Amino acid sequence: MKLALLPIIRAAVPAMIFFLLLVAPPFLSSFLLTLVTQALIYAIVAMSLDIILGYTGLASLGHAAYFGLGAYSVGILATRYGAGFGITLPAGVFLALAVAAIFGLVALRATGVYFLMITLALGMVVWGLAHRWVTVTQGDNGISAIPRPDLGLPWSLALSIPFYYFALAGFFIAFWILRTIVRSPFGQTLVGIRESESRMRTLGYHVWLHKYIGFVIAGGVAGFAGVLWAYYNGFVSPVELQLATSVEVLLMVALGGRATLIGPALGAAIIVFLKNLVSVYTHRWLLILGAVYILTIVYAPEGILGAIKWRPKKVKPKTVGVEDLTEGEIGGSV
Amino acid sequence: MSSRRIAAISGLLLVALSAGASPAWAQKGPIKIGFLTQMTGGGAAVGKDMSNGFMMSLEEIGSQIAGRKVQAIIEDTQGDPAQALTRLRKLVESDQVHAVAGIFLANEGYALAPKVDEYGIPTVWAVVSADDLTQRKPTKWAVRTGWTSSQPNHPFGEYVTKTLGYKRIVTIAMDYAFGWEQVGGFQRTFEENGGQIVQKLWPPLGTTDFGPFLAQIKRDADAVFAVMVAASALRFPKQYQDAGLKARLPLIGGGTSFDEFVLPSLGDEAIGAISPLIYSAAIDTPMNRRFVKEFRTKYGKVPGYYGEASYSAGRWIAEAAKAVGGGVEGKEKFLSALKKVELPDAPRGPIKLDAYGNPIQNIYVRKVEKKDGELWNTVIHTFPNVSQFWNYKPEVFLKQPVYDRNYPACKYC
Amino acid sequence: MEFWVTQTFNGISYGALLFLLAGGLSLIFGMMRIVNMTHGSYYLLGGYVGLSAIWRGGNFPLAILAGALVIAIVGIVEWNAFLKRLGGQELGQVLTTMGFALIFQDLALIIWGGDPYTIPVPAMLSGAYQIGQLYFPVYRIFIIAVAALVAVLLWLVLEQTRVGAMMRATVDDPEMARGVGINVHGISMMVFALGALLAAVAGVVAGGFVGVYPGADFEILPYAFVVVIVGGMGSLKGALIGSLLVGLLDNFGKALFPELSYFTLFAPMAAILAMRPTGLYGRA
Repeated sequence: MKLALLPIIRAAVPAMIFFLLLVAPPFLSSFLLTLVTQALIYAIVAMSLDIILGYTGLASLGHAAYFGLGAYSVGILATRYGAGFGITLPAGVFLALAVAAIFGLVALRATGVYFLMITLALGMVVWGLAHRWVTVTQGDNGISAIPRPDLGLPWSLALSIPFYYFALAGFFIAFWILRTIVRSPFGQTLVGIRESESRMRTLGYHVWLHKYIGFVIAGGVAGFAGVLWAYYNGFVSPVELQLATSVEVLLMVALGGRATLIGPALGAAIIVFLKNLVSVYTHRWLLILGAVYILTIVYAPEGILGAIKWRPKKVKPKTVGVEDLTEGEIGGSV
Repeated sequence: MSSRRIAAISGLLLVALSAGASPAWAQKGPIKIGFLTQMTGGGAAVGKDMSNGFMMSLEEIGSQIAGRKVQAIIEDTQGDPAQALTRLRKLVESDQVHAVAGIFLANEGYALAPKVDEYGIPTVWAVVSADDLTQRKPTKWAVRTGWTSSQPNHPFGEYVTKTLGYKRIVTIAMDYAFGWEQVGGFQRTFEENGGQIVQKLWPPLGTTDFGPFLAQIKRDADAVFAVMVAASALRFPKQYQDAGLKARLPLIGGGTSFDEFVLPSLGDEAIGAISPLIYSAAIDTPMNRRFVKEFRTKYGKVPGYYGEASYSAGRWIAEAAKAVGGGVEGKEKFLSALKKVELPDAPRGPIKLDAYGNPIQNIYVRKVEKKDGELWNTVIHTFPNVSQFWNYKPEVFLKQPVYDRNYPACKYC
Repeated sequence: MEFWVTQTFNGISYGALLFLLAGGLSLIFGMMRIVNMTHGSYYLLGGYVGLSAIWRGGNFPLAILAGALVIAIVGIVEWNAFLKRLGGQELGQVLTTMGFALIFQDLALIIWGGDPYTIPVPAMLSGAYQIGQLYFPVYRIFIIAVAALVAVLLWLVLEQTRVGAMMRATVDDPEMARGVGINVHGISMMVFALGALLAAVAGVVAGGFVGVYPGADFEILPYAFVVVIVGGMGSLKGALIGSLLVGLLDNFGKALFPELSYFTLFAPMAAILAMRPTGLYGRA
């Protein structure tokens, strides 16, 4: 039995990581600290994607849209209307939830490859709007000079260490919300749907409603991350919404290990650090990033946590010739 | 707090303090300049021109200023403002640079500006031309050694009515801030001198097929003023010619539509095009001839304004560093030195700054001509000492909004 | 009147260009169901290879051939070494092909530098035919001709030849195909190579029109997907109609509502998908 499976380890390792995150700031150079802050925010996006990708089995190519919507809410409200955090946070999350609710109605009519394509199209629609609706979004120039939120705390969030804790708090909150969801009966149902939709349907579960709620929640949490991101950079532009960003978040989830929540967070940290530290040594960081994409699928298709057998392995009944048929086609064949 | 943690923190503090800049130590370390530009992705070629120009200026002075070594740290913004911010953080917090230079995209400039002021790091905008960076949204800690997007087009509007005699013009410009500011500057002086812009077309960024726009151009105008950049500058003249327009409507444009970046790849369809810019590789001064020859030998291509502006930015920083005797740690002093630099012999001609930190410089009206089988931007007229405000009083100029899609309005459309 | 004729002609020529591009993706994605993010890179690399061929003294047809062959080989290698095993795993396909796309993007930068180039076209393809006040650029007519040729050839191969029948059988039902003795792996590899080849041809042909430059790969990728989706996966006819539709929509959209340009393209795509998730002519 792999060491990683021991329940003690599985509980202790996250606790250790959280502890380290809490006490890290004094030991890190300020640049490393900003990287960790970035990693935390992207970890939230990756974890939110895990809900629909890892737990429900739906790969979305448009998840960056919700991230961007949250960020733009802050950008527009804070710079144009001087809105404080008390308004921008709910506005950002709400906008992401609302758009996810609308898009979910369209996207969830499909699965598999078609779902991928619809989410791609919807993501591009939002990106296109950010680019072209210049009166609202300032188009290509982006929205700059977003001031850090004033929460009335004795430490100004304009400084890196207080903001780090702010982002860390956001990360803990998001993690706690998502973990509660995946451990609940609702979350278990999502997993059941991932394994076999038809089976769940015969068992009497409202499959579409579960997928829809999962989709909307994932969008809302990504929007939350977007709010933090806008404050972190003080800037937002259409780049946050582009296709490459959506694909990158997919990579974070795949790299870390689907359906583990911690895996995607780890994947996010790895990618953020990779992009930033590799480019110090070589301008060829794109080659390396590309290689990471490929090597992940070849050598660790279940991600890092999957490779170390973090999750107990599910036992699948053997069927003849199953390697040639796609999952979507055999569906609930058991 | 545990005693171990106290020891750890004190240890770290000691290391940090001893590594920090105290004047006596600092004189022995190199002057560190961070150079930010796009080295990968779509704008990689521009980034290469910029870093080449910048490095060339440092190499010419033996990478030494006032007896102190100069070290340039080139960082890749990847064309992403968020990455640009992260790189800036790294340069300032991790590498402890004394100054930052570079940047060519407007959104990167706007993203970095507040952070530059927050850090109090002397910054030189080398190429980025977004008007407001030295107008309505100035950065205290930055100077610009390049240009503003509207700067060359103010005198050009006058030139087009008075010298070329065109009275009715159609503008077609890429639909983003750079295009708007270029058209805005042109329209203002053009119409003030009796011209009329009869149509404004705005192809979105990334348009590959200009067909829909070319078909709409009013055929009864006198000329077409096109603002294109890089890949769009490359494909536009051919499509323009093939649509039968070149024969009827002379093509003029913003400087980037025909600059040295795309000129080598353009064909005969570009011959005769007239445009204004701060630079032309064909400027006939000893300084520029030498610069072009050296750049071409070293990097295998004729320098465009990306290369020249970055080269001049490097020389600018060197002059300022010399003026403070190499003591670039004194940030305030270094900044005021940067604001006072004058380069009388930059390859593009004399440069000095106005009160808002933007160059006052020559504007060259150029015409694309073929010489020895190559296309060059021959200078046909020079406007000396042009500032970003042209002949307008800065206070009056700044009261009006920044040029955009709808300002100035198209009265004659 | 002039406006409508010219715009329609432009829309059709742009649609023709899209068909060359999307035709390949229609095979790879539409028929083989492989989500191929590398498709844009095939287009880009094809253009660059064609450019190099011309620089070395080749002529235009040679450039097209060179681009087609080299990229077909690249496609074969990518498929054989990596994609073959990822049948049905959309996530794996997206990430693997994305990885290749990034690698190719950087390789192109290393090999050809980042400057934008156009592919020099033969003199007989330049200029325009003039009918009254209307100009019809020769090169646009050329693009339409090439697209039509490719469409006819593809139809002939797929519908009228044995190999084509084997291809259709393989993508419809690999199990059954193997059962009747078809070399499924060999045929799949051929289809993939054909798809990549078509993208490369599009790259060279488009290169003479829109140029070859870094970033072109990711610029056209969404367009290619839009065409395949709108037209319907698994249907060559759908790809043809889809590209014409997208070409015309994009053109008229840009002409009439330039502020909404990306929106006019992707919103209809989303709308069509909402109503028919398999696209206009798709089979589930």
